[in-house]
Amino acid sequence: MSDVVIGLEIHCQLDTKTKLFCPCSTDYRDDGPNTHVCPVCLGLPGTMPAVNRAAIEYALKVAKAFHCAIPEECEFSRKNYFYPDLPKGYQITQYDRPLALGGYIEIESEEGGEKRVRLTRIHVEEDPGRLVHKGGGDRARYSLVDYNRSGVPLIEIVTEPDMTSPKEARRLLAQLRATLEYLGVYDSEKEGSLRVDANVSIRGHERAEVKNISSYKGVEKALTFEITRQRSLIRRGAVIERETRHFVEARGTTTSSRSKVEEHDYRYFPEPDLPPLRVAGWVDAIELPELPAARRDRFVAQYGLSANHARTLTGDLRLAAFYEEIAGNDPALAATWVADTLLGELNYRERSIGTVDPARFRALLALVKAGTITDRSGVEVLRAVLDGDEEPNTVVERLGLAATTGDDAIATAIAEAIAEFPQAVADYRAGKANAINYLAGQVMKKTRGRADPRELGRLLAEALTE
Amino acid sequence: MDDPFNAYITQWSFSGAGTGPLAGRTVAVKDNISTAGCATSCGSRILAGYVPPYDAHAVALVKAAGAAINGKTNMDEFGMGTTTENSAYGPTLNPRDVSRVPGGSSGGSAAAVAGGLADLALGTDTGGSVRCPAAFCGIVGLKPTYGRVSRYGLIAYANSLETIGPMGRTVRDVSDLLRVIARPDSRDTTMQGRPYEHDPVADPKGKRIGVPAEFFGAGVDPRVAETVRKAVETLAACGAEVVSVSMPSMRYALAAYYVTCTSEASSNLARYDGVRYGPGGETAKSWHDAFTAVRSGNFGDEVRRRILLGTFALSAGYYGKYYGKAQTARANVGADFARLFADVDVLAGPTMPVVAPRLGELADPLAMYLADILTVPANLAGVPAISVPCGTVDDLPVGLQLTGRPFEDETVIDIAAAYEEAVA
Amino acid sequence: MVDESEVRRVAGLADIRIPDDELPTFTARFNQILEYFDVLDTLESDGGAGRTLHTVLREDEPCPSLPREAVLDNAPADEDGFVRAPRVM
Ligand SMILES: [Zn+2]
Repeated sequence: MSDVVIGLEIHCQLDTKTKLFCPCSTDYRDDGPNTHVCPVCLGLPGTMPAVNRAAIEYALKVAKAFHCAIPEECEFSRKNYFYPDLPKGYQITQYDRPLALGGYIEIESEEGGEKRVRLTRIHVEEDPGRLVHKGGGDRARYSLVDYNRSGVPLIEIVTEPDMTSPKEARRLLAQLRATLEYLGVYDSEKEGSLRVDANVSIRGHERAEVKNISSYKGVEKALTFEITRQRSLIRRGAVIERETRHFVEARGTTTSSRSKVEEHDYRYFPEPDLPPLRVAGWVDAIELPELPAARRDRFVAQYGLSANHARTLTGDLRLAAFYEEIAGNDPALAATWVADTLLGELNYRERSIGTVDPARFRALLALVKAGTITDRSGVEVLRAVLDGDEEPNTVVERLGLAATTGDDAIATAIAEAIAEFPQAVADYRAGKANAINYLAGQVMKKTRGRADPRELGRLLAEALTE
Repeated sequence: MDDPFNAYITQWSFSGAGTGPLAGRTVAVKDNISTAGCATSCGSRILAGYVPPYDAHAVALVKAAGAAINGKTNMDEFGMGTTTENSAYGPTLNPRDVSRVPGGSSGGSAAAVAGGLADLALGTDTGGSVRCPAAFCGIVGLKPTYGRVSRYGLIAYANSLETIGPMGRTVRDVSDLLRVIARPDSRDTTMQGRPYEHDPVADPKGKRIGVPAEFFGAGVDPRVAETVRKAVETLAACGAEVVSVSMPSMRYALAAYYVTCTSEASSNLARYDGVRYGPGGETAKSWHDAFTAVRSGNFGDEVRRRILLGTFALSAGYYGKYYGKAQTARANVGADFARLFADVDVLAGPTMPVVAPRLGELADPLAMYLADILTVPANLAGVPAISVPCGTVDDLPVGLQLTGRPFEDETVIDIAAAYEEAVA
Repeated sequence: MVDESEVRRVAGLADIRIPDDELPTFTARFNQILEYFDVLDTLESDGGAGRTLHTVLREDEPCPSLPREAVLDNAPADEDGFVRAPRVM
């Protein structure tokens, strides 16, 4: 894959309380169209932008976390283009004096080690409104505009073309998301809070810009499709044209946006209503919280976790917090249960860690650790807890999952197994030690997994030597 | 109200509270300043029917000060003109001679005050739009320091140059209105938080007045120049010290001004797309066709010309030659003023190079632009400048322009008051 | 100096239509003005000038938005709380 060249332009909504240039609330997702707008974000004649301090502070945090150079002053500029979702006929963005330049994001490379993806720049800009088409797109004769999103603060992060596979691109986004959430400046669970444009090419050929990617999984899908498309064109001897393509999420494909690369002339010039913004001094005063890499190292040191477990558990702010809440006095056991079991169950259910009650999960771990239930029963209890509304204890009782070490049921099952499978008994007695595993399996079957495996091994061996 | 000069686009009767510093006074408001519940058109068809849901900060302050507001005054479309002939609502006539233009673009505000229809008026000044009509109509008009009066609610033509300014029959009137409107407003972040709380002091003793040779150069009617020189002598006689100075950046000030204002205008006027307000609603056409149709059908000639000039000046390949160079020129004008104001307190000269032209006389765009040569430097540098009547030529008023240091509006007001008192 | 086709190009960029019969006069006046702007060429280019003011920031505290009627009152066409706009083709 090393001949693949990928660069990303990533737009993230900053999770401020108000919009970038006006005091309208950004909490509009549950409300009807045009309910979170004011004269400013509606672009009414005579209005002026006033920059939200929090948006700048958030952007500075991001820039600092990614080791960018932050000039003492930045400036807003107007990008002039005409579109019905753009109420002023221009977008206030940053052009030749962005908030931050350079820097890098560290990801796990395709080969497994650490890799730095360089950043070109980070700048702050306003989100446009949203167009809706009745009857789902193609058939609508006109557009409907909702300006609730108009003016929500975005940061645009532009990377150098340093990624060599779709997987690396996905890892970059995951690392970016984790860092932004650790910084408390971004909420990935808000719909439409992330938009990605990807530049992708096969070395030695023209590149395509794939627009309209709006999810983490979408990035890998879109790039995989696009690379396959470009490779097959090259194989057939066709020339790859430089063009803009759109990702169609539902089909997992990219389609040409028909027009060739439009030659836009955005006529950028400094926003006259916003004099330059001085951030010198401010940046030094900003203290960053613990970021994913530091937390990963701490998890290894503090909890004795493997690098892999630590990476998984710190890759998401809520997950890391959940883990720390339930780690208790057996952090290794907790790590195994969260990273290897719980995540898989959540993934299968398309649920997030936020839906898991830590107290119940802690109770489950306690049952496993005390040997009250076996690992296998633990999984069953976990599923029941996730799908229903019960305490782990209740589930254990209801399903009769308490490990039955030493009780009559297990003794009976052992006796039955010995009686029913004389060949295995003979094999064991003849020295084939692993014949005991077969018998243990039968006992497990009979007790529906309630027997503690280690205890069962001991009891079986005893019964067979009698 | 009878409006023989076509000074108003929309008449309105907002009655004042009866108390407050402006109680009992009637204020006319230029139609590019937003008034909640009262149509605001900028003299353009493209804003026909638009009723702002909010008050400009200056309007809110005038209301709170107890004034009555009797209407929205005529103007060159979006402020683009020097005569108030470029209005979709017909030209305003000069009350001093109805065959003459009142100047522009705040011609309606000047005519309302000069014609006795209002006591005071709010105008706006992007390149002389308060001072020019004040001079042509024989009243007082002030362009305050940039950042002294909130622009929130002033419909932008060229944001970096313009400001709202008070107009009245006397310097004291203008000072009274400035005291009301020069108040901090967090919505205009180019404001410097410098309220005006001054009472005019009509004493020029010890003040140094600079007279730049360039303010009396080619294009200035010699009779206007003579009238203004006499006014400066009057101030000298009252104890001011007059010195000759030079301002070389005047050479390119007008070009810098027109490149800057057209560039900003080309962007400011992109929002009039017929979607959220104004004539439009045509959804059978494609976006691009509908947008072009709304703009082409509703902007007047001068507006279309300035949008194209600005679009050109900002476009790829020309930005450096026009917009970039204009900013350099602008900085030079600022530096010239700073150098001069290290030595003198104010600069004096004519407000306009000529007296009010006849209607239709300034039809050629470039000829009209050239009439702004003496007023644009103050806008480029953001410094305060006042026009005060100083006599007549052919029975038509001449304005004396006094320009001061940034945030020393008080000084230009004091010296204007001193002149006014000396000739009273 | 720009010719009529250049004026047309700029008009296209600005989405402003200049009728054919107005184009010659429009172009002539455009050039007159551009010629006047040429005085700027006498300036040394030092990459523009620094702006002297600095932006004052606003605190991140929400204020009520407009009632929706106030938003839609001025719109020539609306539907279900949305503003209606021509489609981008
Ligand atoms: Zn808003």
